[in-house]
Amino acid sequence: MTISHMPALIFMLGGLLIPLFRGKAKSIYMMLIPVVGFINLLNLPMGEHLAWTMGDFNLVLLNIDRLNLVFGYIFHIIAFITTIYILNFKDNVEFVAGFFYAGAALGTIFAGDLFTFFVFWESLTVGSVMLIWSRKTKAAQAAGFRYLMVHAFGGLVLLAGIVIHYSQTGSLEMAHFTLNGLASYLMFFGIGINCAWPLVHPWLTDAYPEATIGGTVFLSAFTTKTAVYALARLYPGTELLIWIGVGMAAFPIFYAVIENDLRRVLAYSLINQVGFMVVGIGVGTELAINGAVAHAFNDILFKGLLFMSMGAVMYRTGKINATDLGGLYKSMPWTCAFCIVGAASISAFPLFSGFVSKSMVMSAVAENSHLPGQGALVAVWLVLLFAAAGVFHHAGIKIPFFAFFGHDSGIRVKEAPKNMLIAMGMAAFLCIFIGTFPKFLYRVLPFATDYQPYTISHVLTQTELLFFSALAFALLLLGGIYPAEQRAVNLDADWVYRKGGRGVYALLANTLNPMNAKSESVFQRVIAWATRFFKDAGARIALFLSVNVWLMSGMKRKRLELKKNRLYNDVLQETLPIGMGAAIAVSFIILVFILT
Amino acid sequence: MDNHTKNGETPAEKQHIFDNPDNVKKLLRIFFSSVVALLFIDIVYILLSENHVIHRHVEYEWEKYWSFYSIYGFVACVLLVLVSKYILRPLVKRKENYYDN
Repeated sequence: MTISHMPALIFMLGGLLIPLFRGKAKSIYMMLIPVVGFINLLNLPMGEHLAWTMGDFNLVLLNIDRLNLVFGYIFHIIAFITTIYILNFKDNVEFVAGFFYAGAALGTIFAGDLFTFFVFWESLTVGSVMLIWSRKTKAAQAAGFRYLMVHAFGGLVLLAGIVIHYSQTGSLEMAHFTLNGLASYLMFFGIGINCAWPLVHPWLTDAYPEATIGGTVFLSAFTTKTAVYALARLYPGTELLIWIGVGMAAFPIFYAVIENDLRRVLAYSLINQVGFMVVGIGVGTELAINGAVAHAFNDILFKGLLFMSMGAVMYRTGKINATDLGGLYKSMPWTCAFCIVGAASISAFPLFSGFVSKSMVMSAVAENSHLPGQGALVAVWLVLLFAAAGVFHHAGIKIPFFAFFGHDSGIRVKEAPKNMLIAMGMAAFLCIFIGTFPKFLYRVLPFATDYQPYTISHVLTQTELLFFSALAFALLLLGGIYPAEQRAVNLDADWVYRKGGRGVYALLANTLNPMNAKSESVFQRVIAWATRFFKDAGARIALFLSVNVWLMSGMKRKRLELKKNRLYNDVLQETLPIGMGAAIAVSFIILVFILT
Repeated sequence: MDNHTKNGETPAEKQHIFDNPDNVKKLLRIFFSSVVALLFIDIVYILLSENHVIHRHVEYEWEKYWSFYSIYGFVACVLLVLVSKYILRPLVKRKENYYDN
């Protein structure tokens, strides 16, 4: 096996050649990259490959096992679907960045050592920032810059953890970690930033809605899921993750209800879904890890589908705020239908993909809550159930309702371009296929499973949960209580560095800058005085000495004035009588001699 | 909607399914009936499982109560909306150009 078999390089290098192609050839070439990558992936044998010794470091560029293989499959699938989706765009930067980014994600999950892992992890940031900046609006530039800052910080935290870990153990192995020291905590937190943990999450909700239409679909697939993979690889069964995951599942749904930008609603619901995965990893049993991975797999598809449908709406109407949209089912029926499939999938309707993976996480939590000392998991289960009802409320109903139904905005546009419809159709098909025949997904999960999602109890209870959530929505809407969409900014934790950062800047500007100015004026005054003083200092000193001598020798008014003027001018113009300079020099030497 | 068109003007848009208020009403009626139906199905399910006709796997006691999931889903969503609207929004809502200057 050679280095050319690395899935990451197929994408990254393959992507660089895209600008060389034109027209149809370009489309075919772009679609071929993920296809070639997938065929390569199917032929990669299990185990560690491409070992490389670099000085003291033993690197493993490629490691294949069941955990990363399933991520590899879905990353290829979504890359292929997204490629089709973006074919009608003409921006080479977006294409190259998209493939570079997808390649970085593949490199990260297949990395067999912490160093390789870190290198690809940082490449993720590069690719994703380019996808945000490709939008070329002022807002996108600013959001991209904030995104870059946050991820650069996160990367450094991760690196610091890896370096400390290496210096302590001399190992770069991708092993299981427990939280028991600075190194493990730093790595844990570094990964957590990419995972969009609460309080460090706003890079996601800030930047994803600002990216290009295709870029957001790419973005929704890779960064957080790579982090989920990393947690599943390095920190399975870490109890703290359960609580972090619960927070992630619960808080974004409140924001999603009042958010106007529909892509931002999806960004919040992305965090909510990742929360389920993080809880699963925290629980750490085989069923829980399987559930987390399966849910990551499904989320990439249905979240991608939802972002694609909103992207299509944005592409045709130029609008994405709920206040501007409505009634689009009339002119974009296919997009509407695909969006509903995505909405049903994320809400975990029976026969749709979310149902067969979310229930695994819920079952795992419930099972573990009966173990001694695990009683707190009952609360976790109840919150997750709340979050499951909530996700239907905003992603399942709000997204399709405000975009395609609700108040008719009067916008009449063409249906989405064919390539977009095909891409959405493929994702929608997979959502239903996996939801209906989950065995195909279960077969590729990290652990063998005979989990049965379709029991009467599961189907009935989930249907009840969803229908009554819908009932709440319907009644609140008909009763006029449902919060009207409003054009507004909702503050989130990024306030700290957006406004707070400005506050710190202002504080510094208002204290340090005046101090600086004050110092400068004092300094200038001293300089001015010194300049004036030293301009004729020699002459004044000479005068001071001479005048005293002259006064003592009885010299008077006019003559004294005359002498003074002459001496002053002689010193300034250096026209002292010959010998005077020499006399001064000699007396200076004598003085020095006496003093030393 | 005004369906009268003069010569030369584009013809009025065709009627879509939800342009007709009757269709919206029909849809709502179907929805409300299915919600009620679910409540009945739950009773039947409880009776069948108590008489051991079908096996019911529950993790928690309260799952056995009638329509636990229905009530939980409904209450959860009402709370979600009320908290978002009356607590979160007043706290975090700012003008659209809040970050601009």
